[in-house]
Amino acid sequence: MTAASIDQVFVNAKQALLSLLPETLRPGLSMAINAAAILGTFALLFAVATLLERKGLGRIQNRYGPNRVGPFGVLQPVADGLKMLIKEDILPRQADRVVHFLAPIALVLSVLLAYAVLPFGRNMAPIDLDAGVLYFFAASAATELGVFMAGWASRSKYSLLGAMRGIAQMISYELPLVLSTLGVIMVTGSLSLVEIAERQAPPAGAILGRWFVFTPWGLAGFLLFMTAAVAEANRAPFDLPEGESEIIAGHMVEYSGFKYALFFMGEYLGMFAASGLAITLFLGGYHAPFAFLGWAPSWFWFFAKLLALLAVFIWLRGTLPRLRQDQLMNFAWKWLLPMSLVNLVAAGVWSYSAAWTLPGAGFVRWASCAGLLILPALWLSRGWRARVGPRVYRYA
Amino acid sequence: MNPVFFILAVVTLAGALGAVALRNMVHCALCLAVTFIGIAALFLHQGAQFAGLVQVLVYVGAVAVLIVFAILLTRSGDARKGVAVFSRSWKTGLLTAAATLATLVAAIVNSPGLLREAPRAPELSVRQIGLDLMSQWLLPLEILGLLLTATMIGAVILAMPEKPSGEPAPGPEKGARP
Repeated sequence: MTAASIDQVFVNAKQALLSLLPETLRPGLSMAINAAAILGTFALLFAVATLLERKGLGRIQNRYGPNRVGPFGVLQPVADGLKMLIKEDILPRQADRVVHFLAPIALVLSVLLAYAVLPFGRNMAPIDLDAGVLYFFAASAATELGVFMAGWASRSKYSLLGAMRGIAQMISYELPLVLSTLGVIMVTGSLSLVEIAERQAPPAGAILGRWFVFTPWGLAGFLLFMTAAVAEANRAPFDLPEGESEIIAGHMVEYSGFKYALFFMGEYLGMFAASGLAITLFLGGYHAPFAFLGWAPSWFWFFAKLLALLAVFIWLRGTLPRLRQDQLMNFAWKWLLPMSLVNLVAAGVWSYSAAWTLPGAGFVRWASCAGLLILPALWLSRGWRARVGPRVYRYA
Repeated sequence: MNPVFFILAVVTLAGALGAVALRNMVHCALCLAVTFIGIAALFLHQGAQFAGLVQVLVYVGAVAVLIVFAILLTRSGDARKGVAVFSRSWKTGLLTAAATLATLVAAIVNSPGLLREAPRAPELSVRQIGLDLMSQWLLPLEILGLLLTATMIGAVILAMPEKPSGEPAPGPEKGARP
C-alpha cells in the first residue's frame, strides 16, 4: 500500500460500503456512517482519556493510579463503564422528571453536533460547511441550556448553585473563545474549517508547515483560545461549577448511573471538540509539522495532536489550583477579553504588513506584532501579585 | 408538502404553544428555546445558512439563557396556584389577534409582489454577506456597533457599586484578602 492509499483508507472504505447500496439511499447513509464513525471513535477516545487522565494525575501526585483491572490497569474504563451502566438511577422525589431526564441528552447532543464540521483528515470532514466556525459555536451554544436544565430540575441548592456558576462562566469565556478565533478567520478570509486547514499546508519546497501558531498573533490566539476552552469545558483550574469541596459536584450532584456517565462524557467530548477546533485553526489541522513527515497519514497527525493537547489538559488539572469566583470573572473580563481584542489588531497588522519588501522587514514585522501583544499583556497584568497576595490557610 | 418542513413546523409550533400554555415559567422558557431551534432549522432548510446559524447562536445561546437566568434570579419557577391560564381579557385579545391576522393576510394577498412571477431566492453565501456588510452597509454596521458599545457602557455603569459622594470609590476587588 502506498502512503496516499493509507491516507485515504477510511474515505475509500466508506465509498466501497456505499457502492453496495442503491443510489437513492446513499446521501442519507453517508451521513449515518459519518455519525456512527464520530460516535464510535470519540466514545472510545473518551474511555481511553479517562484512563490516561487517572494515570497521569496519579503520576503527578506521586501515586500509581488505577492498576488493578487488567495489566497496568488498562481495563479500568471497561470496569467503570459496567459500573455506571448497572448502577441504580436515582431520581429525587421533588425533581422535575422530564427536564431531569432531558438535561444530559441535551448536553451530549449539542456537544456531539459540533463534531460535524471538524476535518479529521484529508477529505475527512463530515460536512464542509461554508460557515464551519460559525456552525461550531452555534452547535455548542446549547450546552449552557443543558447545564441549566440539570441544575434546576434536580431541586437541590447545590445543583442550582453549580448550574448558575457554570452558566456564568460559560457565557463569560465564550466571548474570548470566539474573539480569539477571529484573527485566523481574518487572515484566511474563510469560515470553512477545511479551507483554513488547507491554508496551513507546508508550501512547495519549504520544510516547515505554515501553521498559524508560528506567527505572533497565532501563538497569542492559540494560548487565549486554549485558556477559554479549558474554562468552557469546566475543567481545572476553572472547575468551580463542580467544586467538589464546596458544592459536591454542582449540577451533577443529583445524577447517578448512566445519566451521570453522560454528563461526564459530555465534558470530555466538549474538551475533544475544542481541541479539534484549536488544532484546525492554529496547529495546522491534519498537516504534518514538517514536509518530510508528510508520508504519515493525515488522520494520524490530527489524532496525535489531539492526544498531545489532551496531555496538556491533564497536566493543567494536575498542577494548577482552582480559582476563586471573583478571580475567575476578573480574569475573563479584564484580561482575556482585552487581550483577544488586541490580538485581533495584531493579526490585522500582520496581514497588512505581508507586502513589506524592505531588508529586515521580516524581523521588523515579527517584532512589531510581538510588541503589540506583549506590552498590553504586561500592562494588563500590572499589580496582579499585590491583588492576589499570599495564600493564607486558616483552617488547614 | 415537504416532510422535513412539516416536521420542523410541527416542532416549532408545539414549542410556541408550550411557551404560552405551560404553567411553569422554566418549562415555558425551555419551550421557547425549542421554538428558536425550530426556526433556525427552518432557516437552514430554506438554505439561509447564515441566518440559521446566527439564530441559534444569538437566540438559543444568549437570549434563552438570559431569560432562564432572569427567572432564576428574580423568582422561583413554580407555578402559582389559582391563577387561570387565560387572562380575563382573553376575548379582547382574541379579537385583536384576529383583526391583525386579517389585515396582514389582506395586505399580503393584495400586494403587487405576488402578481409578478416570484423571483428566485438569491443564493447568498456567508462570504457575500460579509463582503456586503463591510462595503455597502458599512455605515449602518458602524452605527449599530456604536449603539451596542454605548449600551454596554450603560450596563456597566448601572452595575457599578454606588459610591457615597466625597469618599473614594471602593475597589472592585473587595474582600480579595482572606
